Amino acid sequence: MNLDDLEDLAAQYRAASADVRQEVRVCLAASCQSSGAQPVFDALVAELGEQRPDCKVKGVGCMGLCSAGPLVSVAAPQSGLEESTLYRDVAPEDAGEIIASLDGAPVARLHCPTDQPFFTRQHKIVLENAGIIDPDSFRGYVAQGGYAALVRALSEMTPADVLREVTESGLRGRGGGGYPTGLKWSTVAKMPGERKYVICNADEGDPGAFMDRAILESDPHRVLEGMAIAAYAIGASKAYVYVRAEYPLAVERFQTAIRKAKRSGFLGNKIADTQFSLEVEIRLGAGAFVCGEETALMASIEGLRGQPRPRPPYPAESGLWGCPTLINNVETFANIVPIIREGGDWFATIGTERSKGTKVFALAGTITNTGLIEVPMGTALRDIIEVIGGGIPGGKAFKAVQTGGPSGGCIPAAHLDIAVDYDSLKTLGTMMGSGGMIVMDETSSMVDVARYFMEFCMTESCGKCIPCRTGTQQMHAILDRLAKGQGSRADLALLEELCEVVQATSLCGLGQTAPNPVLSTMRYFRDEYEAKLGADRQVSLTDSQ
Amino acid sequence: MSMTSKIKVATTWLDGCSGCHMSFLDMDERLIELVQAVDIVYSPLVDAKQLPEVVDVGILEGSVSSEEDVQKAREFRQHCRILVSLGDCAVNGNVPAMRNHFKLKDVIERGYLETATLQPQIPTRSVPALLPVVKPLHGVVEVDVFVPGCPPHADAIWYVLSELIAGRMPDPSSVTRFGA
Amino acid sequence: MPPPVTSVNVRAVTLNIDGRDLSAREDETIIEVCRENKIPIPSLCYLEGLSIWGACRLCLVEIAGQGRLFAACSTRVADGMQIQTNTERLRRYRRTIVELLFAERNHVCSVCVSNGHCELQYLAQTCGVDHVRVPYRQVSYPVDSTHEMFRLDHDRCILCTRCVRVCDEIEGAHTWDVMGRGSDCRVITDMAQPWGESETCTSCGKCVQVCPTGALVKQGTSVGEMVKDQHFLPILARRRHLT
Repeated sequence: MNLDDLEDLAAQYRAASADVRQEVRVCLAASCQSSGAQPVFDALVAELGEQRPDCKVKGVGCMGLCSAGPLVSVAAPQSGLEESTLYRDVAPEDAGEIIASLDGAPVARLHCPTDQPFFTRQHKIVLENAGIIDPDSFRGYVAQGGYAALVRALSEMTPADVLREVTESGLRGRGGGGYPTGLKWSTVAKMPGERKYVICNADEGDPGAFMDRAILESDPHRVLEGMAIAAYAIGASKAYVYVRAEYPLAVERFQTAIRKAKRSGFLGNKIADTQFSLEVEIRLGAGAFVCGEETALMASIEGLRGQPRPRPPYPAESGLWGCPTLINNVETFANIVPIIREGGDWFATIGTERSKGTKVFALAGTITNTGLIEVPMGTALRDIIEVIGGGIPGGKAFKAVQTGGPSGGCIPAAHLDIAVDYDSLKTLGTMMGSGGMIVMDETSSMVDVARYFMEFCMTESCGKCIPCRTGTQQMHAILDRLAKGQGSRADLALLEELCEVVQATSLCGLGQTAPNPVLSTMRYFRDEYEAKLGADRQVSLTDSQ
Repeated sequence: MSMTSKIKVATTWLDGCSGCHMSFLDMDERLIELVQAVDIVYSPLVDAKQLPEVVDVGILEGSVSSEEDVQKAREFRQHCRILVSLGDCAVNGNVPAMRNHFKLKDVIERGYLETATLQPQIPTRSVPALLPVVKPLHGVVEVDVFVPGCPPHADAIWYVLSELIAGRMPDPSSVTRFGA
Repeated sequence: MPPPVTSVNVRAVTLNIDGRDLSAREDETIIEVCRENKIPIPSLCYLEGLSIWGACRLCLVEIAGQGRLFAACSTRVADGMQIQTNTERLRRYRRTIVELLFAERNHVCSVCVSNGHCELQYLAQTCGVDHVRVPYRQVSYPVDSTHEMFRLDHDRCILCTRCVRVCDEIEGAHTWDVMGRGSDCRVITDMAQPWGESETCTSCGKCVQVCPTGALVKQGTSVGEMVKDQHFLPILARRRHLT
């Protein structure tokens, strides 16, 4: 199969639904579902009935503005969200009015303007299909131009060409570390060995982060296609997707995608009539945060206890069952298709000098527009929070935003003008992480915030290495005392020392980064710690029964 | 050597078995040498009943298990320039702290009611109230020198005192350890 | 794992540890080279003859030009490596790690059957831990005395997994494993059954001998009586490697 054949197929799929002039798209991703999108979908289907062959009710993925869900958009086929008429907070009772309005003026009562900054200031690459295509429809993905990148790679490019494009794009790992993707791929490609593996890390565990879930629920074929291109580039014929079991919808949609892609010859043996074969298998995580760490993840796939091991050897050298293994995050794979389609040099024009492309962020906490956004790297944090995010609700003042989840840190108001990329966040003592942004207003206590994240790390520590296992316990106990106003200055000093030891000596990233929320809140909000100090405690040992 | 140039030393026991003091006495003939340099101004081993205003070296044995222990520890800290935590009970709670795994009420009932053969009753006078959690000495006051051991060997105590007399801070890890 | 018969392809390298110029085979780890040359590096989970676990973090060393610390047990030597094993910073970290271990469970040395023969106790002394600055967690752990020859006291366990590894790698029984997370982790026999009811345990006692503390001991031992003998391990490991 070459690109022309694929284009014929896409045209054929488009022609099959040529009668449809208007689509009523209902977001059926997890967050709209949780506010009742399924009954809305059912009501719309019932209301539309059989009378209007030119209209179709379609379940789609995430449209981004989760706080306003259930979301419904009315649009011409293949058109984007901004050209559509968007309705917010839709209830099943609104179905009649929406269907009746298809030929006339929009329902003003439910209308949600798409010319507001939340929509216009975004730059969608990863999420370009989200909210537009039906995630369960293989035909819909192909009709939208899907699998062209894979076919192009297989029919017109050598693995070395693919590596070159990815390297030129400047794409860096979206899982948090920001390791150059091209370099990682090239390393695995260069490793000797017959058997190699590709792993997609979809064990998104940070509190308040739901980027990967949304991508898998909205556009699973794109991730699959990215993985297939990676497997071709490095010479793998087996791939795993490690998804947490807490994402049943994402798992279901991904499973459907695998099945349909395989049936259509885009997975399995001799993909697109070439010599390239790839099997993709889903492995479910049983709920341990540490299994997002790559060596623990691989242990879990192998059926062992999900615990990290010392690196080196890195997975690129000795990964799954001792074979060279490429592990990338969901969003990283989702970026591959546009890079192959448009070229690495195109991708490199977006973003900043050292951080290319866009980044998907999950806005959570006390912010008006909670939801999913995608902006170019280098976007000012103030734009993300105040313009796109719509600022803090209830007239409260912004205090800080936590990036990088329990491994990251907070950014106070004084640094709101920073351009967000991997390196700028590092200088502020936090990190990009996977893209969760938890916004806090003036009523948040930063000691409580630090305690919360430490509790998370403590309960998620696997228990293998001593500093993480017992250090997080002790740090949490101190933070708990401080939060209750029972801490002493000696406690504070001990806390700082434990932070240093745990950071420097822990075995894996979980422990090494666990102190970050404490260090960063101490850096910017030291006064809050000081204000919490108890009266006359001289020493740190306290009752703990 | 005149009395005034001698180093003033005070000792007492908190919740312990007094074994550390016995080990102190095990310095045997070196005790003679010791009294040339130090003046024991307060101790269960001597007659003085009043802790002097300023003491050079205070030595405490035993863990902090009762209100009275807390008072004694604070008093020593207040009056002693250097405070020595002598023996495992003072250093880490040791055997007295093994009751920390039980609720205080259960401990008292076990000790005074369940195992009593004659007139079981919980004392309300003359016996200091127990703390819910047994703590090492440095859990209530700041400590300058830690001498672990159960009990620390007489040689270790001799080494620590000799160093202090000579005006140096001892490094007890070179001569003793937990459980020694 | 002790290296097998030296392969012809293995090169010799020179490196510098604590100011001493040393030579080593390139397939050796830093800790192996240190032990050969009598350079003391504290460790708890590492044991010659067992696989590398890398969890106690006591053998961390500084390597010139590297920002982070490296575990000597899991890092291979390289030509020209400049290693520091005993800096002020490393001593401070080791001290804290040992303190954290003492505070985690209930290590009452004075009444422990391993008193005087315990690697943790010895480490505390050599690392200069004369008291523990962090609060003791005061959590009770059970004792399993169901086995007719041996006893398991979780109070003394430091989760080094030597027992798990020796049982799996040397005895081949895999009776031991770890369950739980964080400080709730526990070594278990079979599917967390009482040891005495284990169907896989061969009662060989290797786990008891390799246990660095008083967590695994012989029944009937009193304070200070449990002396362990680990000489069998390198011999069996080598023999196992040859077959």
